[in-house]
Amino acid sequence: MTLKDLKPGESGTITGYTETTPPMRLMEMGMLPGAVVEVVRLAPLGDPIDLKVRGYHLSIRKHEAGMIEVQRV
Amino acid sequence: MPAPDSSASLTEAPARLRRIALAGNPNVGKTTVFNLLTGLRQKVANYPGVTVERKSGRLVGAEPAEVIDLPGTYSLNPKSLDEQIAYDMLVGRIEGERSPDVVVCVADASNLERNLFLVTQVMDLGLPTVVALNMMDAAEAAGLRIDTESLSRALGLPVVPMVAAQGKGLEELRAAVLNLPEPPTPRRWTLMDVVDARVRELTEVLADAAPDLPEAHRFSEVLHALAEDKALEYWETRAPAFKQAVEQARQTLNERNVPYRFAEVMGRYNWLTPLVAQLVTRHKDPSERTWSDKIDAVVTHRVGGPLIFIVTLALIFQAVFTWATPAMDLIEASMMALGTLVRDLLPAGAVTDLLVEGVIAGVGNVLVFLPQILLLFFFLGLMEDTGYMARTAFIMDRVMNKVGLSGGSVVPLLSSFACAIPGIMAARTLDNERDRLITIMVAPLMSCSARLPIYTLFIAAFIPAGVLFGFVGYQGLAMFSMYLMGIVMAFVAAWILKKFVIKGASSYFVMELPPYRMPKIKHVLWRMVERSKIFVMRAGKIIFGLSIVLWFLASYPKVGPSPEFEAQQAAVETQRQVSLDQIAAARGVTAETFMALDPVVAAMQFQEAGAAARLDSLRALYPNQVAGALSVYEVEQQYQAELQQITDAEDGYRIRNSIIGWMGRILEPVMQPLGFDWKISAGIVTAFAAREVIVSTLGILYSVGEVDETSIALRDQLKADRYPDGRPVYTALVAVSLLVFFVFALQCMSTLAIARRETNSWFWPAVMWLYMTGLAYLFSLIVYQGGKALGLG
Ligand SMILES: Nc1nc2c(ncn2[C@@H]2O[C@H](COP(=O)(O)OP(=O)(O)O)[C@@H](O)[C@H]2O)c(=O)[nH]1
Ligand SMILES: [Mg+2]
Repeated sequence: MTLKDLKPGESGTITGYTETTPPMRLMEMGMLPGAVVEVVRLAPLGDPIDLKVRGYHLSIRKHEAGMIEVQRV
Repeated sequence: MPAPDSSASLTEAPARLRRIALAGNPNVGKTTVFNLLTGLRQKVANYPGVTVERKSGRLVGAEPAEVIDLPGTYSLNPKSLDEQIAYDMLVGRIEGERSPDVVVCVADASNLERNLFLVTQVMDLGLPTVVALNMMDAAEAAGLRIDTESLSRALGLPVVPMVAAQGKGLEELRAAVLNLPEPPTPRRWTLMDVVDARVRELTEVLADAAPDLPEAHRFSEVLHALAEDKALEYWETRAPAFKQAVEQARQTLNERNVPYRFAEVMGRYNWLTPLVAQLVTRHKDPSERTWSDKIDAVVTHRVGGPLIFIVTLALIFQAVFTWATPAMDLIEASMMALGTLVRDLLPAGAVTDLLVEGVIAGVGNVLVFLPQILLLFFFLGLMEDTGYMARTAFIMDRVMNKVGLSGGSVVPLLSSFACAIPGIMAARTLDNERDRLITIMVAPLMSCSARLPIYTLFIAAFIPAGVLFGFVGYQGLAMFSMYLMGIVMAFVAAWILKKFVIKGASSYFVMELPPYRMPKIKHVLWRMVERSKIFVMRAGKIIFGLSIVLWFLASYPKVGPSPEFEAQQAAVETQRQVSLDQIAAARGVTAETFMALDPVVAAMQFQEAGAAARLDSLRALYPNQVAGALSVYEVEQQYQAELQQITDAEDGYRIRNSIIGWMGRILEPVMQPLGFDWKISAGIVTAFAAREVIVSTLGILYSVGEVDETSIALRDQLKADRYPDGRPVYTALVAVSLLVFFVFALQCMSTLAIARRETNSWFWPAVMWLYMTGLAYLFSLIVYQGGKALGLG
């Protein structure tokens, strides 16, 4: 499953990427395999999403979330 | 960019500490630390060729050292223009700038792991580095305890815990910096083996291909070039052999399925994550909701979020437009007074005219927007410092994404409602070059405050004051439509530009939502002043110069006195004399009676209390003389009025024969299909410098002297103007056509100049001007011809 499939309040551990060239910025912000990510909430119009990773809030679009493979925890 | 020349500072330790650069992620308190280190001795300039602010100041204390506040950056592999500057500064790749002698890497203690990512990158540049571990208070509040000594040992760098907002840790930081720490050992982390081998090879290739590049920078350059195409392109002409080698390495790694693009990031985090886990102890359950989380639950709520956003916007607009008015009036009045003063002090002549009508009026045109700009910058600063700015992007991203932009464009576009210049400048925070360019290209479609005078004049003159449904005024509705038209067109243009014109990497949206913080008003005010200064200097220079040119165009060639007007003047003169003689003959009024009455009549003219009573008592005494004197007064009044009319007509005649008038008449056939006569065309020509100039041009053309948009006289003149065949020049349809023209047309030199600086070419400003003028023409044509076809003309 990907990060897109997690509901607000759920968390997952990143296992990898579905794409070979996801945005570099995602990695630099700490979205790497092994990191635990919590979906905090969705924006009012349903996209983007507010994540908590490595102790801070990061916002990404569902499109990017769909590239990130996770395992629910 | 010139060949890097920073080797000197790297091989031989500087005798003295001269340059200190502050690097760090956005929002970690760099500027706060900068203010602490420099006191108020700082100056803001620009980096050559771009409008990124270069903030520098002198270190407080004996050492004559320069402190530089770099733009915030998440990584040294740059994505945005801001980040590019930060990196180029650190490696000394900017014209006239040497690498710093010491880097102070400001890190947010409450968000240690991600902040240390950048620290490890900075370390690899081999520059002496101090870590300012800021926001220790926030870390404490979040229940984090950090073992700073062990951190210092692990990094091999001095680490100074700080609470910059309260001035804590300043002395320790100063001491650490002045102590000039040893350059760190780079690469405490490890790269995966396969990639590491390639990187070593490539480093050698680069050393041969670009011998000027300092050894310490090679490693970072290789990593960047391997991971990002943009970084690789940099070497295309500078070191083609290296570029080729990188491409080959990429191919080999690809074939073996090695995720080389992420090797660097993974290597760094793999080293950092266990380190941070070891050094940071938690006293609180990390899943506990913080204050910031609770605020977000409201501010980004499904219903509450958009509502709060709209209310905030409405309040800001209300403030920008209403609070600024008294100050704007004051500035206008002062400039007018200054003009009068200069006229009184200097002898009449071309130089004085130029000074008053060109220079002072031109400077006034810029300064008059200052109150709005200041207010706007104040509110934007407040939004930035509280952390609300990021939320507006979060809330609006979905909408913006529909037209191909991202949430990051919200603020630049909103700023453009006050003025496109700060709007375009704000776009440089966008980390996608394509998004930034598109945002710049559509920002001038937002109705800026310079359009307001034109909207006001024509709406007040030609849109009926009636009310729809009992509460929506036609005029208000018309005003609202102007704004709406601009917004809709900006979205359409963005979509078209994205789809067909501006190619580039597809955008993504990865944005930090920083915790809410209490803003420091002093800080916000300070930045407001700084940014406004930049605006005034930049826009000022251009408008200043252009106003002078415009003045020449409107004043030359000077036509000699026309016999026609001289004859008219003589006729009026004769008429007056005849009338006066007639009165004298009929009433036997002597000059003395008139003299006696003069003050009373003057009083009546100014509607002074008691004047009528005084006149009545005089009338009782000398009925005949009083009646006669009043007739004399009337004749004088009429004479003055007629004389004024002739002077005004003469001004109009002069303008018609000036270069501008000539341009207006040349343009008339082109503008005719839009319903514009030569005067409007001339106004549009002058409005090219700055839109609001059209109001004063029309004022001159319609010979009503000094006017502003609220002038009743100008409104009446416009309504009364007729073509030779008796048709009115302005109908409501012409007015709407003109309004539409002003919504779309790019009539602002300053915007073009800023766009040139921000895009570093004349190409995009040219495209901008052409497409906006094209839109203006097209839509005015549709409105006017369509309206006529429907019988509205
Ligand atoms: N709680 C706390 N806030 C701080 C501290 N230092 C700075 N701030 C606040 O953090 C925000 C961002 O600071 P600024 O200096 O503009 O950060 P920059 O973007 O890195 O230049 C401002 O609202 C500061 O008042 C600190 O030590 N503790
Ligand atoms: Mg700053």
